[in-house]
Amino acid sequence: MSEAAPSAAETTPSGAMIRALGIAATICGLIIVSAYEGSLDAVARNKKIATERAVFSVIPGATSVREFVASSAGIAPAGPNVPEGGVKFFGAYDRAGMLKGIAAEAVAKGYADEVRVLYAYDPVKQLITGLGVVSLHETPGIGDKVRTDRDFLKNFVALDAHLTADMKAVANAIKVVKHGTKQHSWEIDAISGSTVTSKAVGKGIRDSTAALLPKLLPFVDKLKEGK
Amino acid sequence: MMNQTLNQTPKIELRTSPHIKSGRTVEQIMRNVVWALLPITAFSVWQYGLSALLLIVTVTATCLATERFMNRVMLTGNTLSDWSATITGLLLALTLPPSYPLWMGVVSGFVGIALGKFLFGGMGFNVFNPALVGRAFVQAAFPVSISTWTPAFAPGRFSGLIPTTLTAPLMTPPDIAYWAKHALDGFTGATPLARWKFENVLATPQDFLTGAVTASAGETSAILILLCGGYLAARKFMDWRIPVAVLGSAALLALAFHVFSPVRYPEPSFVLLSGGLLLGAVFMATDMATSPVTPWGVWIFGGIIGVVTVVIRYFGGLTEGVMYAILFANSLVPMIDQYTQPRVFGSLSGQRKGKKA
Amino acid sequence: MNLLPGKNPPGNWAEFLEGLWQRNPVFVMVLGMCPTMAITTSAINAISMGLATTFVLAASCWMISLMRHVIPKEVRIATYIVIIATFVTVVDYGIQVISLSLYEALGAYIKLIVANCLVLGRAEAHAARNPPMASVINATGMGLGFTLGLFMIGGVRELIGMGSLFGISLFGPHYQPWVVMILPPGGFFVMGLWLMVFALVRARRDHGLAAQTQGG
Repeated sequence: MSEAAPSAAETTPSGAMIRALGIAATICGLIIVSAYEGSLDAVARNKKIATERAVFSVIPGATSVREFVASSAGIAPAGPNVPEGGVKFFGAYDRAGMLKGIAAEAVAKGYADEVRVLYAYDPVKQLITGLGVVSLHETPGIGDKVRTDRDFLKNFVALDAHLTADMKAVANAIKVVKHGTKQHSWEIDAISGSTVTSKAVGKGIRDSTAALLPKLLPFVDKLKEGK
Repeated sequence: MMNQTLNQTPKIELRTSPHIKSGRTVEQIMRNVVWALLPITAFSVWQYGLSALLLIVTVTATCLATERFMNRVMLTGNTLSDWSATITGLLLALTLPPSYPLWMGVVSGFVGIALGKFLFGGMGFNVFNPALVGRAFVQAAFPVSISTWTPAFAPGRFSGLIPTTLTAPLMTPPDIAYWAKHALDGFTGATPLARWKFENVLATPQDFLTGAVTASAGETSAILILLCGGYLAARKFMDWRIPVAVLGSAALLALAFHVFSPVRYPEPSFVLLSGGLLLGAVFMATDMATSPVTPWGVWIFGGIIGVVTVVIRYFGGLTEGVMYAILFANSLVPMIDQYTQPRVFGSLSGQRKGKKA
Repeated sequence: MNLLPGKNPPGNWAEFLEGLWQRNPVFVMVLGMCPTMAITTSAINAISMGLATTFVLAASCWMISLMRHVIPKEVRIATYIVIIATFVTVVDYGIQVISLSLYEALGAYIKLIVANCLVLGRAEAHAARNPPMASVINATGMGLGFTLGLFMIGGVRELIGMGSLFGISLFGPHYQPWVVMILPPGGFFVMGLWLMVFALVRARRDHGLAAQTQGG
């Protein structure tokens, strides 16, 4: 092999080392900052499109999406910082600016990795009305049936999640039951053979509804005025 | 051909359990194992009908063809005559569900022999039981088909095939839940292990002994497996200590759990008779190339299989754990052999050697 | 293993071919196995990952080569890593601009290009001793070789595992997916298969060469 870089004599002066690292760091800093600034708008646009596409797929008829944060203090448009105890959700509006529904993300540990789903919630009927998968890395052919299994998706056409009269908690926590034993409107009929993933979806929605709905529903009228 | 056997004999003897009398050829032992498997195979065909017969024939033929093909590729002599590929084929077919599509059976046979045996260097050098390698591969590749069960003793089993058997190669087999319900009234489509795990329903020992349960092709005939195993053990073609260790440790552990909580955990007899534990303990754990050679090693090896099987069944995501338990124990064999070498007379005691290490 | 012919500095073409074929990072040097196993579940993922790595490789080798006379050897690793990390960040943003779903599919492995031994290895073994032009050519060859290797694994895994290539179904809707090929073990199976194919080809070739020399 050929001779390595400059004559690395006995000792390199510290100045040279600091200078080299300084030059590299400065140039690299400039490159990173310009790459960040240059991509910022495009990435934000992509994210918005991705969110809208996901929300529109669970709330048909919606044409615009706004992001909010619900906390004990009420509902506020989502900013860069989520306040303590705040839960993010999306409000979906139709062309006339009326609230079509609410969508929120639910996350739970599945068989292989986190299962992330987006569910639609109808604040008037207090029902979950749709389910879409955000990210899923379950076993192909088994766990990923939650995307396609018609019987499973039927659970989320009208899944009961109404609050107690004092609006402090979900009246009947969402529960996943074994395939073919669904009795109540708040139960999810699991896919036989992919119980773990079905349960993850159910647990994610249960946790999310429990955290979000008591903070959201008391103030839901604010959303309806929308734009 | 004679030369071939002679050439191989020293290689094999290194790995053969020490209690086996010298003078027996590998070919002789293997041929006897095949004979011992035939009654189980016949019972399986009687029980599940034409589909099981076709599956067994196809898988065994694939194993033999693959063996011949690999002989050519690897430039080794013809090893068909040592019967080992026949055993692999029969065993593999007996661990598959009778409804298994034939083309998937071909895949499992090919993988078992090519990957499980020849890539390790051929007979005697393979670390894992080839039949189980083939089964593990197709279980991971086609998880739905390998847990699709059909009823035993269905009335029309000799007049027609299960709809999935003749699935076109590379294609998804049709859903046969509907067919199976009509083939036999009250059929649930779940194995006794699955029914216990997910529905808390226990099958009775009578069901197992008569084979009236849902299972892989050759898993159900408990009495036959024991009889055939007994024949091999009596003629010393098989190390009786391995199945005893496997079944014993599984039974002891199951008993401990059962005593701890009789409601949650089934009786030891259920653990012993259900699933593939008997077939695995008698015919697969005892594979000479993949089991230890030292007297103590054999007990440890069998013990690990029994314990791991029960642990997987009770606490794992799968309903059956025998296959993975045996494969896991297979991988430990070199280590077991190394640590259980009998002390040579006059050498340092094991304890002091252990301290040094 | 495969020494480059001659003692003179190799020509541009030889520099390029070194990584693309003779010392292919995946099948000959067996470097960067982490993305090789994890990302090659489909042809498109494999190629995207390969091209991302190629960009990082070429850009950082170019910059390291430019700076090779001012970097003292005591701080060279730190400098290389800073430079490599920079271009990885650039690629990270770039992929988010191109497609968020691709970004999601590649996941943490884009960031892990920083730790790909292929990149640091090229910087240390080649870029630090050669002029920028030669470094970029060599790095591009290596990167494309890496891409080729990933594609050969990813293509086979997608073909068998899902019955499609670049997302286009080849065997119709009833194809039975081989789930194991999409799962991590599938990566090892296909990698092993390719290594075996190359070993067989090499054995045959060496066999043929030996026969020729004997005959001649």
